[in-house]
Amino acid sequence: MESELRERIRRLLTEHDPAAAHPGEFLRARFDAGLAWVHFPPGLGGLGAPRALQSVVDAELAAAGAPDNDPRRIGIGLGMAAPTILRYGSEEQKQRFLRPLWTGEEVWCQLFSEPGAGSDLAALATRAVREGDGWRVDGQKVWTSSAHTARWAILIARTDPDLPKHRGISYFVCDMTDPGVEVRPLRQITGEAEFNEVFLTGVRIPDAHRLGAVGEGWQVARTTLDNERVAIGGQAMPREGGMAGVVAATWRERPELRTHELHQRLLKAWAGAEVARLAGERLRQQLAVGQPGPEGAAMKLAFAGLAQELSALEVELLGEEGLGYDDWTLRRPELVDFTGREAGYRYLRAKGNSIEGGTSEILRTIIAERVLGLPAEPRTDKDTPWKELPR
Amino acid sequence: MSAPDLLYSEVEEELRSSVRALLGDRCPPSAVLARCEGPEPYDPALWRTLAAELGVAGLHVPEEYGGAGASLRETAVVLEELGRRVAPVPFLGSAVLAGTLLLAACPQDALLAEVAGGTLTATVAVPLSAAPGAAFPATVRADARGVLRGRVTSVADALTAGLLLVPAEGPDGPALYAVRAGAPGLGLARRTSLDLTRPLADVTLDEAPGRLLATGGPAVAALRQALLTGAGLLASEQLGLAEWCLATTVEYLKERRQFGRRLGSFQALKHRLAELWLETVGARAAARYAADTLATGGPDAAVAVALAQAHCGALAVRAAEECVQLHGGIGMTWEHPAHLYLKRAKADQIALGTPGYHRNALAALVDLPGPVG
Repeated sequence: MESELRERIRRLLTEHDPAAAHPGEFLRARFDAGLAWVHFPPGLGGLGAPRALQSVVDAELAAAGAPDNDPRRIGIGLGMAAPTILRYGSEEQKQRFLRPLWTGEEVWCQLFSEPGAGSDLAALATRAVREGDGWRVDGQKVWTSSAHTARWAILIARTDPDLPKHRGISYFVCDMTDPGVEVRPLRQITGEAEFNEVFLTGVRIPDAHRLGAVGEGWQVARTTLDNERVAIGGQAMPREGGMAGVVAATWRERPELRTHELHQRLLKAWAGAEVARLAGERLRQQLAVGQPGPEGAAMKLAFAGLAQELSALEVELLGEEGLGYDDWTLRRPELVDFTGREAGYRYLRAKGNSIEGGTSEILRTIIAERVLGLPAEPRTDKDTPWKELPR
Repeated sequence: MSAPDLLYSEVEEELRSSVRALLGDRCPPSAVLARCEGPEPYDPALWRTLAAELGVAGLHVPEEYGGAGASLRETAVVLEELGRRVAPVPFLGSAVLAGTLLLAACPQDALLAEVAGGTLTATVAVPLSAAPGAAFPATVRADARGVLRGRVTSVADALTAGLLLVPAEGPDGPALYAVRAGAPGLGLARRTSLDLTRPLADVTLDEAPGRLLATGGPAVAALRQALLTGAGLLASEQLGLAEWCLATTVEYLKERRQFGRRLGSFQALKHRLAELWLETVGARAAARYAADTLATGGPDAAVAVALAQAHCGALAVRAAEECVQLHGGIGMTWEHPAHLYLKRAKADQIALGTPGYHRNALAALVDLPGPVG
């Protein structure tokens, strides 16, 4: 398998000189050669090969100086939309969406959260009503990163308010260029606007852009959300590769700032970060040999706490400098960059780590119920029609 | 540096199954509890079966020296299972500490084959609290004829040992001696120890005859290697112990009802257990990393051991404390085995260097020095 893979890589590089080819053209050729994501099926950018072999492809192409698809810019498409389309999409949808998604020609965003539906996402109120051969969508979404650059969105909306909340939801692909879509920047505690509010007014969606059956949007969304948590907690990383490295560097460069109390806290947090990194590495090894563990949610939970602890420590370590802030100007960054900004920014941005993609409280409940098998809290909202729930 | 293997191999899982099945039959909590106050705190029959029939006494010793020719990774798996049962057998002292010391100091010596084959049980005469980087012990002195005088307190697995490996100040500096049980001048006094399932003894040497095994640098290096290995593998025992505490508590909270609900449905308790589970996930990775790095002799072994102890020592205590607390009144009784785990966990936290000791070791190893001056 691996030798066949290397032969394919060699052929791709021979037929498309990475130095001469236009990046978009090279990426399309790579997709068509099945080398985009090797665990995807043939014809859809993959070879049906073990996921572990992807690192072989990435390393060989990087060594050859080939352009990549800038995965950080299209994280939502790669990490969330793609696995959902692969699992629930029709053949036509897969053919239409996956190639430009992977090459980065079409950016994706996620229209899930609403002002009234955060942790309780299934309570969402955005309505999708049948109109002709499609749907008319009205509502408001929030915390949408990349909405201002996105061509497409994955969207969940209520199609039947008479059913209990989990059962009346359907899942759509929404065209972000529709005139009914209005994107407004949402300013955060860091000063910038990394996210957006999205107002949907009479947005038209053809029925061919529905993913999964009508009323089964919640199951489809679970696939997206599980992949989101893996994407957030799952990147391979060297020792000190994350926030621990940033703080450790400051510690080493600035001996005059050190105190005994901060030293003990730093060592604890450094050890915590290294243990979490090893746990992530162990999870990847399990996935590579086909023993997926429930550790995915654990990684996101662990990294959120550590990022907050370490970034808080750094501000304190800096003393008088920690009183300053680099820039409060409202900007709309395309991606989150923890290392391009100063300590105060990291401290504030890390606060979002335990909120976005499932709060740490929700993740603890998920672990307790799905991993440990503890009984659910008694609930009154599960079997009540959505329209009768108190709001 | 090749990537560490943090998983369990099929062979390791088979070994785990054998040990687990044996302990399931022969080492239920009631039996451990009944034995711990009696005259014979160890279970010699269980140890014989483990050592001789399952062959775990010399797993990481090469076959040419009378061992099983496996590695410290397998040894660590056995410790996970022994920790899960707080099994009263001298595995840590004999198979881990003494086996590693002999292998490092004098692999050709016939004693190693006896210890690795399980026909002789041994331990290293250092306080259980001795840490890997500490100075070579100086409480025992040896003269040129190998006559030993001195005292070593709080030695684990000494009461049942047929052989003591004694670090001493010899005429030419640090040295290691072998002293057989029953030797004239050797005294063993059982201590009343916090951990009921790993009893301690004070060892006195009053002109006891010892046989010289190694001196100077090799003696120092061998002791350091034994303590480093012991500390790294102790993390696996702590992992097994914590997993038992977590699983037992989860099962209890699924059954126990108060306020007309199962206790496990209360979010305050669920979140505590989720956090504990998260820490055991980290502990498994850290313990496996330590075992793998020690097994392959990787250059990162000192960091891996310090990291594993910094994390797993505290985790095991927390797991046992949560087990007692979340069992409520029953957790406070002598009858329920939770206290055996709490006592083992608290003693293990001090054994072979506390988490704080190992964190400070990390400071030097990964270049995070403390304040200047």
